[in-house]
Amino acid sequence: MEFFGLFTKKSSTKEIARDRLKLVLTHDRARCSPQLLEMMRADILKVISNYVEIDESESDIQLTPSNNGEGGDVPMLYANIAIKSMRKRHT
Amino acid sequence: MSEVYVITSGKGGVGKTTTSANIGAGIAIRGKKVAMVDADIGLRNLDVVMGLENRIVYDLIDVIEGNCRLKQALIKDKRYSNLFLLPAAQTKDKNAVTPEQMQKLCESLKEEFDYVIIDCPAGIEQGFKNAIAGADKAIVVTTPEVSAVRDADRIIGLLEASGIKNPLLILNRIRPDMVKRGDMLALEDVTEILAIDVLGVVPDDESIVVSTNKGEPCVADENSRAGKAFRNITGRVLGETVPLMDLESDQGFFAKLKRIFKFG
Repeated sequence: MEFFGLFTKKSSTKEIARDRLKLVLTHDRARCSPQLLEMMRADILKVISNYVEIDESESDIQLTPSNNGEGGDVPMLYANIAIKSMRKRHT
Repeated sequence: MSEVYVITSGKGGVGKTTTSANIGAGIAIRGKKVAMVDADIGLRNLDVVMGLENRIVYDLIDVIEGNCRLKQALIKDKRYSNLFLLPAAQTKDKNAVTPEQMQKLCESLKEEFDYVIIDCPAGIEQGFKNAIAGADKAIVVTTPEVSAVRDADRIIGLLEASGIKNPLLILNRIRPDMVKRGDMLALEDVTEILAIDVLGVVPDDESIVVSTNKGEPCVADENSRAGKAFRNITGRVLGETVPLMDLESDQGFFAKLKRIFKFG
């Protein structure tokens, strides 16, 4: 990832500010505390682990802003979960 | 048909008091009768920004506690015949007033004045609740910084929850050169994030410091860029359609002028 970063244009500090603001406001507006998110994360991973073997260190669950085009932001729960292998299922 | 405006921001130090002083003076210059109320009990400052600190006899708490009549506490600004200031108390704290008392005070002021401008304290506690209690409309001041915009978002939510719909935004201390090179949030960024209508933009301007030093609002200064921004804002408050200031071209012109004088 860092390797590719070298070739992409360095974003202006204004863009950094805007992205950080959007993220922080998504949490503020949703009244979603880090503890709540952590609880959700643990539960989601637990459920998915019942079906597949996952790599927790490569998994990422977060609340992100997503602009619905009308100027209003709806928070989205974004989950990126790395699967090591499918668990054998007993039928 | 008088209106009560509260000038608020959440975060401190973004220019609420300066904005209050300039909008108050600006409207008075335009011939309307204006009362400015400093609602920052315990940390009053609108008096010094207006240069009226030596003329305080009674304050807001005296009026509310019945130690004097409202008219006795209102300081008449000799420079602008339509402008009056009701100073905050410096010895009490925010809990010395209730929202109901502020509401009553605003009702009495509305009988006498065309516009009432309330300078709100920073924060979201009692002082904020008092300041917005009697207001019909709200102006949210922010600067193009992450912390100030975040607090503005919180304030907008609280205002709407209190029944003050559609607050208007003033983006203060814009530096067009920094916006141009992508190192400062632009007006479009802030309005996109906050989803709010814009009342005005005010450039970062040394003349604000100079006019505050003297206790004279810069809205009366024809040579001040911030003063021009506040005159535009005043016009919009009075219901006029005034296009937003073109900060960039102004900057170019003044920057050139400065260069000529400094190095020419």
